[in-house]
Amino acid sequence: MALKGNLRDFTITQILNLINLAQKSGTLVVEGPNEAAKIYFREGKLAYAQFGQDDNSLAAILYRANKISSAQHRAIKTRAGQMSDKELGLLLINANYMSQQDILNSLQSHFISVLNHMFTWVEGFFRFDTEAAPPDGKITVRISLENIIMEGSRRLREWEQLQDEIPSLDMALKFVDRPGANLRSVNLSVEEWRVASFINPKNTMRQIARATKMNDLEIRRIVYGMLQAGLVEIVRPEGAPPIKSFTQRVVEEGNKEEHTSLIKRIISRIRSI
Amino acid sequence: MQTVKMVVTGPFNAGKTEFIRSVSEIDVVSTERKISSDAERVKETTTVAMDFGRITVDQDLVLYLFGTPGQKRFDFMWEILSEGMLGFVVMIDSTRPETFREARRILETFRAYAATPYVVAANKQDLNDAWEIDDMRIALRLSPKVKLLPCVAADKESVKTILLELLYSILAEMDALEY
Repeated sequence: MALKGNLRDFTITQILNLINLAQKSGTLVVEGPNEAAKIYFREGKLAYAQFGQDDNSLAAILYRANKISSAQHRAIKTRAGQMSDKELGLLLINANYMSQQDILNSLQSHFISVLNHMFTWVEGFFRFDTEAAPPDGKITVRISLENIIMEGSRRLREWEQLQDEIPSLDMALKFVDRPGANLRSVNLSVEEWRVASFINPKNTMRQIARATKMNDLEIRRIVYGMLQAGLVEIVRPEGAPPIKSFTQRVVEEGNKEEHTSLIKRIISRIRSI
Repeated sequence: MQTVKMVVTGPFNAGKTEFIRSVSEIDVVSTERKISSDAERVKETTTVAMDFGRITVDQDLVLYLFGTPGQKRFDFMWEILSEGMLGFVVMIDSTRPETFREARRILETFRAYAATPYVVAANKQDLNDAWEIDDMRIALRLSPKVKLLPCVAADKESVKTILLELLYSILAEMDALEY
């Protein structure tokens, strides 16, 4: 029977553990909430990984790893656009641009980052196809899964902890008006400043994450740090659809005196207990 | 007969059942079961559905107090219980700082359901190892506007004070309403 299912029932960690222990070869396709990934395995080892439609060419991976400049990246795309990754790798090594180890290290880091990112997916579907092999011409690696699984478990724990702290991304943030809480006196990272620039009771955390291109874990991590530092507080978003509380019903029904009398009767009764 | 309700929530073993028992005129309808998890074995039984207490205000009005189960696995109950409530009390065990994070999560969850007045009750303040109220406010990251009140759930007067403070908050919110 094909290995397929729902991430709610079978987590990424459990899937990798199974592939590792059973020494499986094939392709794992995972369709997460907003993106998909294809991971290739050979005899239980990670061989190749790709996010959805991302440019997964060797040139793009080396550029993202700062191994080549943007001018070099452009030049490679122009002059060697038709080359396979294997051919390009050989060319770079033979031209003494970089060593074989540099290329393999960049690929390994990229593939591991794809897997690490997937560990926070709790919704979605997966299927494992034993027939599918990595695309032709791609450079494959052999990375043991044990360390990746350990790191993934750590990330999952962090994710669970952050979800406890910040259960809903549909809430908004506002800067605290506590005296002495001054954003300028705090050393914020570039990512934190990006988030800070969107903090406004009108913006939900989910909207901020979308605007700053962060995933759920990344936005929670940054918001958690700001909460711990006492810089922001979580508030209900302005303009959110009204959820009917008792006091809102009072407004709707327009009988404030009657409801005030009801509360006063309860107060009187409780005092007399 | 009109009925209104308040919800008493908080982490596992915060004292919610005892809180309701202190002021309810009926024996609390409790759905306690023996605890099976070793991790949670700091008491013998726990609430698995909800506690239910009653205060008859007068012949036309009854106040119900609902206690929610504290553990995360029962949080599907919270939305049902919070619908239409007057307000809610978040109970926190002042002697168990390891539960403060869970208390914050519960508070944020309830706040997300409805913009309803609430107070935070720092329970077990009669015990020697209870945290100071000011320290708890910082640890719980509560703004100065949120009422954080000392409480002893077994003491009726203390429980009355918590309920009254919540009712005063509801009154204040209604006074501020504009039509």
